[in-house]
Amino acid sequence: MSIKEYRTASEVRGGLILVRDTPGVAFGDRVRISDGRGGTRDGQVIRASNEEVMILVFEGTDDLDLEAVWVRFLDEPVEIALSPEILGRELNGLGEPRDGRPPILSHIRRPVGGSAINPAARSYPREFIQTGISTIDGLNSLVRGQKLPIFSGSGLPHNRLAAQIVRQAKLKDEDSSFSIVFAAMGVSYADAKFFRDEFASSGVLRNVVMFVNLADDPPVERLTLPRTALTAAEYLAYDLDRHVLVVMTDMTYYAEALREVATAKGDVPARKGYPGYLYSDLAEIYERCGRIHERHGSITMMPVVSMPSDDITHPIPDLTGYITEGQIVLSRELQNQGIYPPVHISPSLSRLMKDGIGKDDTREDHPKVAAQLYALYARALETRNLASIIGADELSERDRRYLKFADDFDQRFVGQGESEDRSIEATLNLAWELMSAFPRDALIRLSETEIAKYYQGDSG
Amino acid sequence: MSEQQNKGFVREINGPIVTIDLPGIRSGEQVRIGELGLVGEVISLAGREAVVQTYESTDGVRPGEPAEGLGWPLSVELGPGLLGEIFDGIQRPLEKIALESGDYIRRGLALPGLDREKRWEFEPNPELAPGQSIGPGTVLGTVQETETIQHRILVPPDHQGELTELAPGGEYRVEDSIAHLRDAHGHSLHLTLFHRWPVRKPRPYRQRDDGISPLITGQRVIDSFFPQLKGGKGAVPGPFGAGKTVVQQQIARWSNADIVIYVGCGERGNELVDVLESFPQLEDPYTGRKLMEKTLLVANTSNMPVVAREASVYVGLTMAEYYRDMGYDVVMLADSTSRWAEALREVSGRLGQMPVEEGYPAYLASRLAAVYERAGRVETYNAGAGSVTLIGAVSPPGGDFSEPVTSHTKDIIETFWALSKELADARHYPSIDWVTSFSGHVHAAAEWWHKEVDRHWEGRRTEALALLARDAELSRIVNLVGPEALSDAQRWQLEGASLIKEGVLQQSALDEVDTFCSPQKQFALLDLALSTYDKGMTLIEIGVPVSHLQDLPQLAKARRCKSMYTSEQVARINDLAREIDEAFESIRLEYAKQHTDD
Repeated sequence: MSIKEYRTASEVRGGLILVRDTPGVAFGDRVRISDGRGGTRDGQVIRASNEEVMILVFEGTDDLDLEAVWVRFLDEPVEIALSPEILGRELNGLGEPRDGRPPILSHIRRPVGGSAINPAARSYPREFIQTGISTIDGLNSLVRGQKLPIFSGSGLPHNRLAAQIVRQAKLKDEDSSFSIVFAAMGVSYADAKFFRDEFASSGVLRNVVMFVNLADDPPVERLTLPRTALTAAEYLAYDLDRHVLVVMTDMTYYAEALREVATAKGDVPARKGYPGYLYSDLAEIYERCGRIHERHGSITMMPVVSMPSDDITHPIPDLTGYITEGQIVLSRELQNQGIYPPVHISPSLSRLMKDGIGKDDTREDHPKVAAQLYALYARALETRNLASIIGADELSERDRRYLKFADDFDQRFVGQGESEDRSIEATLNLAWELMSAFPRDALIRLSETEIAKYYQGDSG
Repeated sequence: MSEQQNKGFVREINGPIVTIDLPGIRSGEQVRIGELGLVGEVISLAGREAVVQTYESTDGVRPGEPAEGLGWPLSVELGPGLLGEIFDGIQRPLEKIALESGDYIRRGLALPGLDREKRWEFEPNPELAPGQSIGPGTVLGTVQETETIQHRILVPPDHQGELTELAPGGEYRVEDSIAHLRDAHGHSLHLTLFHRWPVRKPRPYRQRDDGISPLITGQRVIDSFFPQLKGGKGAVPGPFGAGKTVVQQQIARWSNADIVIYVGCGERGNELVDVLESFPQLEDPYTGRKLMEKTLLVANTSNMPVVAREASVYVGLTMAEYYRDMGYDVVMLADSTSRWAEALREVSGRLGQMPVEEGYPAYLASRLAAVYERAGRVETYNAGAGSVTLIGAVSPPGGDFSEPVTSHTKDIIETFWALSKELADARHYPSIDWVTSFSGHVHAAAEWWHKEVDRHWEGRRTEALALLARDAELSRIVNLVGPEALSDAQRWQLEGASLIKEGVLQQSALDEVDTFCSPQKQFALLDLALSTYDKGMTLIEIGVPVSHLQDLPQLAKARRCKSMYTSEQVARINDLAREIDEAFESIRLEYAKQHTDD
């Protein structure tokens, strides 16, 4: 099909344009729209028939004059140009520069939509990543190729935590660092600046590619931004053999943009107005992470999901949790006690932890230490509840021990400095120190050999 | 229908839903769309136009591209070579796809489910001779599919007639003809090692039978508390992180079914890889052979096309029924049926159908029921018995069990293993909640347990559940006023319940010893916890303070012994029971002595 321009735009609503009588336009293709005043916008075909084509306009449809609009079908999918030069750059959701520098020129162009990795070609992630954060390394370990989101709320320090992980993440006994793909969707100028400064001051900037769409940028662009960022991540991982850590913030704004467009399209809403395909759509993004047989690079993902009103059952964190391999949950209560990072371990989880830890990976006692700490902490929280009702003085000696453990655990194990990089051994040793406040017989999740080797208490 | 008539063109593309102009096409028929030849299925017809749901992404398809009807509905190939394979949602072999198209799945690939080149050693049925009348289910012969599984080559359900020729023993490919029959109209038909069957049509059988023996899974909370019969249907609902996938995988690994079919329906790629990488390493505890020899996988990860996700459950079920018809006990695990239901919702939403509950179409309940009804124990056409046990994971949004998929599922199934967020948060796994779970099979299972393991099974189970219920009541009091308000006897009840929770119900899938627990060991552990509790109670009744008992080191041992002794070392558990007996007895003697001294 030759590239033609059409002046047959018939309708504009909420980020969408309908164009009539445009035969043979391919579903998913890229579109350029001239607004008739010298400006152009980019779009994508999201419904196609010979009679009518529906176009999603990434820059939004504000201030478009139907009479003046020209639509050009570029006869190519939405693509991004890729080269090693992308590192150190700041781009928008379509891969165009935001940093005032020239566009990326390369003969390598990839469609941003990606396609599904054949499950038979994947290899199972099992390499422990030390983040230097005890609640993650000790209890919810991250492995290369995992997607582990941070569930947070407004005002909680998810950005600081993400930045700390970016600074500290490394394989145990190995110095190779990660290349970072940073995708910002709908975040504030201040948040974007925080990351930019953070990358600059820790000297990783040359190893980072940033894709940025700010809160006041067109929301429709957020729909393509994570896909563009992941296409870049796949290039870095599988073409350039790098280990890539993708930080995406904030997936909630992405999903809200999706809802906005879905509503304009007239899609049937499922929960809270989000379309029924929100799960599949999120999965298309999250599932692009992983490891592939015989490829040297890998993609590890840490999306930030802010939970509207701290509600973990809200569709966005809920569906995310069903796709990702666990979650790190931040708690306002811990934050209010001045504990950083305020990781609430009870609802936090890492599903891929089991194969990345233990004798050959971290230390042989790691799996059972984690199970034991969880059990003690669950009991300690119950005791804390009880104490708040009947008063700590009424507790038995056994219970008072749990109460003290809860406080020590929060202060010493959960709490750590923003620049404190704890080795996994330090984390496990700290765990034993805390557990040794209990008599041996209370530690039934641990084996007798482990107790003999590491237990530091004196009571029987 | 001539070739000419069966060609048409694409009118409209709306995501996975494509409208085509193709007169003469039938509802449910398979269609190939566009230059790429994307596969799809007709879901509605109006005049010349048909609405097609495609199993692959439609990016790049244009209006006006060709569309072609294939003449048959979505079907699977049934024959030797299924076991050990991993298929996508429409039975394409994923490993072969990887060879053809690399790490990503290329669209429009048409690969048959069964290997066309592989040769199988066919052993004809010695009881058959030309001239005999044969029909559905007649065993034409056998093929040793894997070391443990003998594949019976059956006459397909829609064939009947007089056997005119049966191939001699030897090596055959799946497409080679192995028998000829003459049907009632005098037509001669040839049969091969495989046949096709439409996935949305349940395979017929002679009659339905009641389940008689439990599916042993080696998981204590399932087998000992909420048993499931072979041929039953069960659900595992739970919020994310509660451990649904682990429960399903444990059943796949350790159940005593002959054949295991694992359908990963809209699940995580990395978890499927875990299955793919670990199953070939694992040993079947019943035969000592590799687990993969009796397993087949259907994988449609969450990022693979949504329509194939809907199909994957039917594809798995049809293969399950096929092995059932050979006389095997099959267990099929569907993880997760919520993703299947959401695929229905997504398609119905794109069609603009009127939603009823939370966007789900009105036919959700009937479709769900129809899927689960394909489970069952049956008398097959050749008078054997076979069963399909269907266990579906359910992923309720926000962990809310009142949502449509969970509540409709609950109405249909017989066993409900409800996973609890609270238990999972405390890392009590499997997090199957003993209060909200239920099993409709306890009575039937009891017969088996009483005969095979111990005649006190049902009584012990009831006692344990009663103690756990008492524990829940007492815990509420403790949470209000503290443990000091309880009497010694009540505190011993809490201790007894905790012995059951920690020593019996909790079971680590990661612990080498504890991951599988034989029925004998299950009963020994349950009996150990309960008899410890009973003995202790008699001491408390004569006035021994509860703290005396709580500090006994043997109690910690009773909690730990599940992972200290294997299923072969049940005697050691009974030794521990005696040891605890003796410890209690000496406390009793000491206490009696003190009191007489006073």
